Amino acid sequence: MSSRDLVMARVRRALADVPRGESPSEVVVERTYLRRHGDRTPAQTADLLAENLTDYRAAVHRTDTAGLPALIARLLTARNATTVVVPPGLPTDWLSATEVRRIPDSADLTPHDLDAVSSVVTGCAVAIAETGTVVLDASPDQGRRRITLVPDHHVLVIRVPSQVVDSVPEALERLDPSRPQTWISGPSATSDIELTRVEGVHGPRALDVVLVTEG
Amino acid sequence: MSGPGHATYLGMPAFPEAADTSTRDTRLRANLRHATHTIRTKRATAVAELDDWGRLRAAGAAIKDRTLRHLDHYLERLESAVTAAGGQVHWAADADEANRIVTELVRATGEHEVVKVKSMATQEIGLNDALAEAGITAYETDLAELIVQLGDDLPSHILVPAIHRNRSEIRDIFAERMARWGRPAPDGLTDAPADLAEAARLHLREKFLNAKVAVSGANFMVAETGTLVVVESEGNGRMCLTLPDTLISVVGIEKVVPTFQDLEVFLQLLPRSSTAERMNPYTSMWTGTSDDDGPRTFHLVLLDNGRTDTLADTVGRQALRCIRCSACLNVCPVYERAGGHAYGSAYPGPIGAILTPQLRGTQSALDASLPYASSLCGACYEVCPVAIDIPEILVHLRERVVEGGPVSVRGTRAVIKPAKGHAAERAAMRAARWALDHPSVLRTGQRLASRTRRLHPRRLPGPGRAWSDTRELPAVPAESFRDWWQRTRATNDRSTP
Repeated sequence: MSSRDLVMARVRRALADVPRGESPSEVVVERTYLRRHGDRTPAQTADLLAENLTDYRAAVHRTDTAGLPALIARLLTARNATTVVVPPGLPTDWLSATEVRRIPDSADLTPHDLDAVSSVVTGCAVAIAETGTVVLDASPDQGRRRITLVPDHHVLVIRVPSQVVDSVPEALERLDPSRPQTWISGPSATSDIELTRVEGVHGPRALDVVLVTEG
Repeated sequence: MSGPGHATYLGMPAFPEAADTSTRDTRLRANLRHATHTIRTKRATAVAELDDWGRLRAAGAAIKDRTLRHLDHYLERLESAVTAAGGQVHWAADADEANRIVTELVRATGEHEVVKVKSMATQEIGLNDALAEAGITAYETDLAELIVQLGDDLPSHILVPAIHRNRSEIRDIFAERMARWGRPAPDGLTDAPADLAEAARLHLREKFLNAKVAVSGANFMVAETGTLVVVESEGNGRMCLTLPDTLISVVGIEKVVPTFQDLEVFLQLLPRSSTAERMNPYTSMWTGTSDDDGPRTFHLVLLDNGRTDTLADTVGRQALRCIRCSACLNVCPVYERAGGHAYGSAYPGPIGAILTPQLRGTQSALDASLPYASSLCGACYEVCPVAIDIPEILVHLRERVVEGGPVSVRGTRAVIKPAKGHAAERAAMRAARWALDHPSVLRTGQRLASRTRRLHPRRLPGPGRAWSDTRELPAVPAESFRDWWQRTRATNDRSTP
């Protein structure tokens, strides 16, 4: 007997008390929990997102579409960035105001190559106000998961209000499980030393989040 | 090259002996008290932010119950979804088989080193030791696991395995040991948590950048989509899950959830219960393999190792709902004083006291002692985000230890004998049952006890000695309650039945 068959046979024997013919949907799951916690206008939702991101030590900036290139340029300069990784589908005008050398994301970039890069600029899939979370799903404006991991500085652009939701349930509705996802809530952190939170371990230690008002 | 020394849980003493030593360790108690009290307060605040916590908790329990009652169905769905997405699924009936599978998979890559994401399942099966025997070095990359590995130590907490170490002990371990495993600690390392985290970042960076094979666990596996989820804080998980060519995930069969939507419950329950955050810094989700993004080869090893035996017990089954948040450890008065090592397994605290004896059985003295490692105060049940009634299972397992009875052992029905050590307890219970069934005997006994009360010893003789070592014996009153009632009330109030 294969181990698969052995384990499956054990599972079925262990469940001898479950009536034959009971279907999984007969085990009731009441989803009476809230779809979102509180009613907010889109502006209030964006404010909450900014507040919660800041609470977990992300640096939050706000601008409009016209001001975005200059803001990104300023954030790169503030970090003394010399190189920036660029996802293949990043809107070209986002980097139009910076002289920092661009490194296009490609499968040829090794982890060591990425380790030598200063910064990365990406968009996102969705952001969650209640938890201060930004979700990346490796779409063309975000690139492969590794480019937002190895460089020490990440500039993350969120379109407001279209990419912002209130809650975790609302975010999951928008996401495609077949795409690899990274949920980011503030920069890398640890609580492993005396359960005291310290920001900055392996992921980017500097996280600049830009809320861009559309229109 | 394998690392120096490997600590194991084998041959550890029963809980009372281990706790007898650890409760006298004042530094350990101070470290644990500080850490558990810090997180306790924060957790309460994070939970209070959500008005619907009770409803989320009930939904979490119900989703897990649905999964467990139909585990065969969901495992089959998971297997086909993972396979369809480009992953390879392996099944391991026990720890040895899981270790063998992982060892062979690593060997097939030609590599001799792997980086590891913190994982309870691989702790449970002792994977690092098995790999070391095969000449493969496993590098733990979670900060706390690194502290434990460098210190030749054992984890003592589910979330924070080095909770028993304070900052100055961690500084000493880093300064003395890092060089033996790779990049040494920076000169003049201080015990500031930020400096210690920086030392870990530098030490592990070269390992991440060069790693070809990673081993992980998973917090959740979604049956309908084949998606795996790893929840973490530091980014070491992301490094291991995205940079190497090969990823091997070892996951207990109970970690499956039916649908992608079900994650909306657990991604709210877990971070707030665990690190007391609205959301943990990083969560990774992947479904099989993706072109040019992440590992090209993905293996999922599904682990039984006693889980089906646990599933067979209709009372104990709910322990498999556990999402490993560790909230029960942080509120437990016994854990806070005894420490995690006394529980003798990868799963300490209240959840360990009900999970370990079910996964491993109650045959060893240690495992038979675990259901007693509790005062039954119920704080663990109060905080459990999936409403596991830990006190109920503790009492159920105590009964099994004392009375024996039918159990499932490696998937086969068996009857275990009552434990030897509890003969006096059983005899006392039988005597009590007889006396309570015979009122005249009880009355005579009580009067006899009252009249001889000046002669009673302060400590019990024989098998009761150990019990009275740490307790005051209650004084027997001059008159029993029944006699007092008879004397003062019976004549005045005959109408009362």
